[in-house]
Amino acid sequence: MHIHKLEKVWIAIGFVTLVAFLTTVGIQAFASDGHHGAPSDLTKLDPEKVHETEPFDDPGLHKIGENEYELVMILESYGFTPHEVRIPEGSTVHFQITTIDVVHGFEIAGTTVNMMATPGHVNSMTYTFEEKGNYLILCNEFCGTGHHFMSAELEVY
Amino acid sequence: MVNALDARLSMYHFYTAFAALLIGGFFGLLQTLVRSEQLTLPVDLNYYQVLTAHGVLLALVFTTFFIFGFMYAGVVKTTGEFASHRRKAAWIGFVLMLIGTIMATTLILMNKATVLYTFYAPLQASPFFYIGLAFIIIGTYFAAYAIISQYRSWRKEHKGEKSPLFTFMAVATLVLWLIATIGVVTAVTLQYIPWSFGWTETINVALSRTLFWFFGHPLVYFWLLPAYMAWYVTVPKIIGGKIFSDSLARLAFLLFILFSIPVGFHHQLLEPGISEVWKYVQVVLTFAVIIPSLMTAFAMFASFEIAGREKGATGLLGWFKKLPWSDVRFLAPFIGMAFFIPAGAGGIINASHQMNQVVHNTIWVTGHFHITIGATVILTFFGISYWLIPHLKGRVLTKHINNLGKYQIVLWTVGMFIMSAAMHFSGLSGNPRRTQITSYNGHEAAASWGSYEVAMSVGGTLLLFSIFLFIGLMINLAFWAPKGSEEFPIGEEFEDTHQLPKLLENWKVWIAIAILLILIAYTIPVIDLIQDAPPGSPGYQFW
Repeated sequence: MHIHKLEKVWIAIGFVTLVAFLTTVGIQAFASDGHHGAPSDLTKLDPEKVHETEPFDDPGLHKIGENEYELVMILESYGFTPHEVRIPEGSTVHFQITTIDVVHGFEIAGTTVNMMATPGHVNSMTYTFEEKGNYLILCNEFCGTGHHFMSAELEVY
Repeated sequence: MVNALDARLSMYHFYTAFAALLIGGFFGLLQTLVRSEQLTLPVDLNYYQVLTAHGVLLALVFTTFFIFGFMYAGVVKTTGEFASHRRKAAWIGFVLMLIGTIMATTLILMNKATVLYTFYAPLQASPFFYIGLAFIIIGTYFAAYAIISQYRSWRKEHKGEKSPLFTFMAVATLVLWLIATIGVVTAVTLQYIPWSFGWTETINVALSRTLFWFFGHPLVYFWLLPAYMAWYVTVPKIIGGKIFSDSLARLAFLLFILFSIPVGFHHQLLEPGISEVWKYVQVVLTFAVIIPSLMTAFAMFASFEIAGREKGATGLLGWFKKLPWSDVRFLAPFIGMAFFIPAGAGGIINASHQMNQVVHNTIWVTGHFHITIGATVILTFFGISYWLIPHLKGRVLTKHINNLGKYQIVLWTVGMFIMSAAMHFSGLSGNPRRTQITSYNGHEAAASWGSYEVAMSVGGTLLLFSIFLFIGLMINLAFWAPKGSEEFPIGEEFEDTHQLPKLLENWKVWIAIAILLILIAYTIPVIDLIQDAPPGSPGYQFW
């Protein structure tokens, strides 16, 4: 099969770019300090017994260290429990979420906090809030006709 | 000229496709008006019903009917008329698809299937919605039989010759489709239907999502490849040039089969229950699709340059001016190609773990697929329609309609540019997709989204006007335009290669590699999802 010389060059450039991109994504996901992999918690639970299962039997903000918190949240159509959270500036928050009914999204607008909650699974990620402000937590997956009412607030003071 | 019986077969597909485009497009405008809070829907029609109908009618119905109408016409053009049993199979396929479409649409409008077109469990629609979807897919199997069996008998009768490029590409697209639909057919028949009838109490949600995306990503290539068929085979002829390389075109299609299926996890990057390692494996395979995409870009511009130079163009870029800009049959697909440059880059962003974190489920993603399917693909389909409808109806594309067609294309381009730009930009600051109202009681984080929502409605208005104009022109071309013979453009090769590398038409090898890649990418995570599943979910109807 004849391949034009310029096409070989073009494909070679594409291939090198591809390897460079994948290496960057791979290093950031698996080998960087902050560990910027995708939220992929493998913990499971019974979606109909969420309220009886740790840590969701005690949802809310728990201080676990200097400027470090664990935020346990339950998602359901159409709300977050808890729905108002206050943390000091510079806090690192370990989010742990699950849903008691359908699939929901957990997004904090203007940050990289973004993950899915699917029934039967716990999802988690960590984020450090460096700036003061009123953050909007919203559900970004359709969960019923009241989906657009599903939001919560996180205040960093 | 395609014979009358096969022409009618294609035309019925186009009538259905264009009806779906009109209704689905109207629903699209309604959404932008509701989101920007300029319109309140009547109480018995909610936003999410309209959204479901928009997705089903445009992404599933319009595309599928148009694609089969186009493929039938091209296959018949390049391999001869259908044997009657194949034409019969194609009609059975059409009827099944139509029944499925009517069932699904009716249930959506009755508010019994407000689950959006991705129908994620455990939201539970009426079982007849899923049965309607199954009818559509079974219909496509009859259609695939007609084309693939036509191709096989052509090859038997033409031993040692290479198959017509158009038909080869149609078969490649169908091979991709047949493998891809295994995922959604499994989910619908073994999970959704028994569960929605109440025969099983719960559903394995993570598995259903994985099976859906096994299908969902190659689905977008099922839309894109017919556009590529037009680019590779018909556009070179329209511009008075040649097909740059027949064998590389075939190779690109085969690579799309390999790299569009074992990649569904990149839609599930933010989901629990799937390990990071398997997500990354599929991200690697996702990125590999860059290679056939770059080959396609090269082939297009090479054939543009060849055409321009044959018309006497000089200098490095002189050929660019020689392209037939005033011919709607070229203008439409060319703008589609131009849209694909940012669209492809956006796709790479979405598939990259860290950047996906910013845009996942924001309206950025909606913007992304409105410049892929909603610009690249549909502009190419518009371009095809301007010559194929008169070709099939024994009429001609007049200069007057060609000129109005250019306005239609420009209207679409401007509308889509405004709408998708607003979607992309507001998505970056978190504006969620699939959400009726995004003001969140005036929350400061959402303050900037309102003006983008208005921009989307301006774009959406232009898009609906473009659809009105398009439908009017199509009615004209089908029933009123002067009688005559409009060309079905089939390009010739730049350097005639009578002999193809045998490997290129050895389907067993390519299908085997495709299955191997699928097994590598999916076996272990799917076994995990089944064996190690949490208790399942009952159904919910939150509407």
